[in-house]
Amino acid sequence: MNGVRSGWRVLPILAMLTAGPVASGVVSAQPPPPQPKAAQDEFVPIDQLPPEEKLPAAPLLIAAYSVAWLAVAGYLFSIWRRLDRVDRDIAEAGRRLPRT
Amino acid sequence: MTFLRVVWLVMRKDLLVELRSREIVYTTMFFAVSCVLVFAFGFVREGQPMEDVGAGILWIAVAFSGTLALGRAFERERQSETLRALLLAPVDRPALYIAKLLGVLVLLAAVEVIIVPLVALLFQAPLFRHLAMLLALLAAGTIGFTAVGTLFGAMLARARSRDVLLPVLLYPITVPVIIAGVRGTSALLQADPDPAVARAWLSLLVSFDVVFITLALWTFEPVMTD
Amino acid sequence: MQRLFLPLTLLVAAMFAYAPVMIAQAPFESTMLLVQKIFYFHVPSWFVMFSGAFLCAGASVVYLAKGSRNADHYALAGAELAVVFGLMGLITGPLWARKAWGVWWEWDVKLTLALVVWLTFVAYLLLRRYGGAGSEKLAAGVGIFGAANIPFVYYSVNWWRTMHPKTTVVPTLREGMRGTFWFCVLAFMLLMVLIVAARVRLERQRALVDDLFLELED
Repeated sequence: MNGVRSGWRVLPILAMLTAGPVASGVVSAQPPPPQPKAAQDEFVPIDQLPPEEKLPAAPLLIAAYSVAWLAVAGYLFSIWRRLDRVDRDIAEAGRRLPRT
Repeated sequence: MTFLRVVWLVMRKDLLVELRSREIVYTTMFFAVSCVLVFAFGFVREGQPMEDVGAGILWIAVAFSGTLALGRAFERERQSETLRALLLAPVDRPALYIAKLLGVLVLLAAVEVIIVPLVALLFQAPLFRHLAMLLALLAAGTIGFTAVGTLFGAMLARARSRDVLLPVLLYPITVPVIIAGVRGTSALLQADPDPAVARAWLSLLVSFDVVFITLALWTFEPVMTD
Repeated sequence: MQRLFLPLTLLVAAMFAYAPVMIAQAPFESTMLLVQKIFYFHVPSWFVMFSGAFLCAGASVVYLAKGSRNADHYALAGAELAVVFGLMGLITGPLWARKAWGVWWEWDVKLTLALVVWLTFVAYLLLRRYGGAGSEKLAAGVGIFGAANIPFVYYSVNWWRTMHPKTTVVPTLREGMRGTFWFCVLAFMLLMVLIVAARVRLERQRALVDDLFLELED
């Protein structure tokens, strides 16, 4: 029973530990961004787009992956915290039980 | 007691109570009218109401009034504890659902009788051009909206925060009804009306009604028992 | 199942650690180049969202039919998954779309359907949190209706939008991309299994605590 419960702890810790190095790995693993291509839109042919419409892709990519990691890590962390609280409540209930 | 008799008795009870006080009918109608007026003031371009918004505003007014009416209908049951009495009665639960559904439908029909001409007037929308089709769309859409709303309203009658939770739950589920209703009505209102398109939307509404009333009849019993 | 838990955790962590390497090495898609790589996390997060939605609906049916509390735990886990991963998809999508389509959002079928389903499950969670006692059954009804709604929303938005046809730039998967894509899908699916298991356990423990305290009061 105890081994299982500690197993639950490992999950969010491992996830968060891997998130850090992996996130930096993503950033460094990217090749230098090529000449940024303009946004594809069916109404405007690419060569007619003004230069300010051409967005750099790297910030968007980094933002997207950061959001993904944060969401997963955040959710796992919230599950871990709630498990913690519940375990404390169970211990509390167990403490009170022998008296009745 | 047969199913239909139960439906008739409960519905008659609701309508009688309503007729005596006329509370829900007056307040909901007034709300619907003010809603349309607020939109008329809100959607103004160069001093004239915008065209092409008639369809959307009609359906939004129906949706908002419907939410209000549903909330009030079940609030009344809850306040007089009659909901528990109904649930204790040895009758088919689904019959209670149908009775409540029909009661709210009658109410919303009365409201729509007022706001359809009002929208036609305020937004210069030729709503009476294809009257039969428009009525069919309104009927199918209102039934769909009310079918889901009656189940959720009954479910929430004993819940906390029921006032805000009803629209929160209802609107995402009734998105297809609103889309179909508005697009179908627009097809009838546009400069070159297209009844075939309206018919297509009507068929979507009818299938929505069939599926969701069936689902509601299945889930009413388990959801209302403790 | 509980014996598999630790190896599964390690596997998922390893897969997520390796995924960015695969993604960086995957070939560029010809028109969208770098930004298209958001796709490797964006699409799997939607897979998880819809799996969560169907898990919630299925478990809700079982809960209403049999009254099994366990089924209710699974329903809640499914709904939370749908909301978290749906939110991930709703944020990564516009970030990708801004570059690929030039707009943050479009009312096309897939996006609108995803948004409506996401809203339905947010409503589910709101009901469970603020509805007071007995809201498990009510929420089960919402879960079932939400899932039943999916084909209707799909068709209604589809018809609506095909009146105004829009083409979207959809990448066709080349060799190097396919492997990476399915690898990420697998990683997300395994992550989903883990999360459901953890979440259900949390709910079971909570139910246990409630029962214990109720007994203590007697």
